[in-house]
Amino acid sequence: MLESIIEQQPTPQEPLVAVRNLHFARGDRPIFNDLSLDIPHGKITALMGPSGTGKTTLLRLIGGQLKPSRGTVHVDGQNVHKLRRGALYELRKRMGMLFQTGALLTDLNVFENVAYPLREHTKLSEELVRDLVLIKLEAVGLRGARGMMPSELSGGMARRVALARAVVLDPMMIMYDEPFTGLDPITKGTIVTLIKQLSQTLGLTSVVVSHDVEETLGIADYIYVIAEGRVIEAGDARALTDSTSDWVQQFLHGRPDGPMPFHYPARDYAQELLDGR
Amino acid sequence: MLDTIASLGRWGLNVFERLGRGHIFLLRVLASLGSVVVRPGLVVRELYSVGVLSFLIILVSGLFVGMVLGLQGYVTLSTFGAENSLGVVVALSLVRELGPVVTALLFAGRAGSALTAEIGLMKATEQLSAMEMMAVDPIRRVVAPRFLASIIAMPLLAAIFSAIGVYGGMFVGVGLLGVDPGSYWSQMQAAVDLNADIVNGVIKSVAFGFVAAWIAVFEGYDAVPTSEGVSRATTRTVVHTALAVLGLDFILTALMFGDPA
Repeated sequence: MLESIIEQQPTPQEPLVAVRNLHFARGDRPIFNDLSLDIPHGKITALMGPSGTGKTTLLRLIGGQLKPSRGTVHVDGQNVHKLRRGALYELRKRMGMLFQTGALLTDLNVFENVAYPLREHTKLSEELVRDLVLIKLEAVGLRGARGMMPSELSGGMARRVALARAVVLDPMMIMYDEPFTGLDPITKGTIVTLIKQLSQTLGLTSVVVSHDVEETLGIADYIYVIAEGRVIEAGDARALTDSTSDWVQQFLHGRPDGPMPFHYPARDYAQELLDGR
Repeated sequence: MLDTIASLGRWGLNVFERLGRGHIFLLRVLASLGSVVVRPGLVVRELYSVGVLSFLIILVSGLFVGMVLGLQGYVTLSTFGAENSLGVVVALSLVRELGPVVTALLFAGRAGSALTAEIGLMKATEQLSAMEMMAVDPIRRVVAPRFLASIIAMPLLAAIFSAIGVYGGMFVGVGLLGVDPGSYWSQMQAAVDLNADIVNGVIKSVAFGFVAAWIAVFEGYDAVPTSEGVSRATTRTVVHTALAVLGLDFILTALMFGDPA
């Protein structure tokens, strides 16, 4: 009995997140078709690919916000989509997520936004909550902005506050949804440094969804390139750069045409123009 | 022809699917009310938002509705020399019908639309998703307190509407048109029954509050997370609440006052 329980416990060698044969569709449009990938403990894993390939959807599937039509997602040894609501919420307390927009609660100031998970899930004294929030805000460089409202923050500041909120419960992993999109180079550099530092100093497992090639290749230990509903290439930055896949080369070098066509599928152009006469 | 039948069928299926979603949503909200009672602070905050901030529009509307009732009632009653019964007409009209119904319609326009827009925007800006990922159930934390606060606020606002309306009717009838103040109040006191009129009026306003709150929070939660989606949801809240309240009013009136014996 004990042996079987021990066997079920994930070992550090096992991936923290294991996605197996995942199928997911939005209406008639398939998003994932037999997708499988592993996200190891304590590393920065990037999920890259062109817009609309379902990278954010994959994060939502990992977080249990969406259900696949087939396949499984295991996080820390637990099948996310078989968990009851209570167990799923317990698991989510150990998973942080940074949304593309920050998704700060607009009726709370910076301090209260970061304190929110602590107030909801712990019975810590007010002094301890204050100290923890200030520590996390200091880590993202925004201790001085604790009294500001979300509407007063720039996009980069909002994302840093959201990052402080995502780590305030000391989770085992953080999922970053397009953390670099729409940021100026300085703020982008700040976010890159923060992701790297948090991952290294706290031993966090990080999953970065992005299509910003330079920044992502610079910090990721392992990268999956997703297109057409499946993984088309995987490896470290060098392996990707050396890849012979036309998909990968088009994506990495930003070529407008290639396996990912410039034109959305349509009827013959000349014929359509003539039909209008 | 077949296309028309097919689109009609699709429309029907969508309507029933949405009704089903709305009822499942309501069950989830009702199941979450226990957790709200444990944290009354959340409800008090929403009571301020949906109740106190609706106070002024209820006050002004109640006053004008009462004044119009006073004027119309006087013109009709004086034809029969029954202007001393003006207080009865004003009070019964307000307590039985206009108080709950007009308050519910105003509530839908002022607080219901605000609730839908707020929840819809929280969805559009991923705040609800962020809560879920922080292991916080948005139905418990966002929806249930607003739902409960609306049900509490509605009968209070309807009572204020009726009370100020009675004074509006008195201002016109007694103050401007010369109805005897003693008759105005004493006939009202004699004719208005606590159970048959006031309690039934309160039951109506609670029922309208329930429906208005349900529609408002569901429309917000179910809104398409875009600016257009939230805008459509807000409009639907006002239209659907108005139709539901007026339809429900007929049913409740028939049940409460339909048997003259």
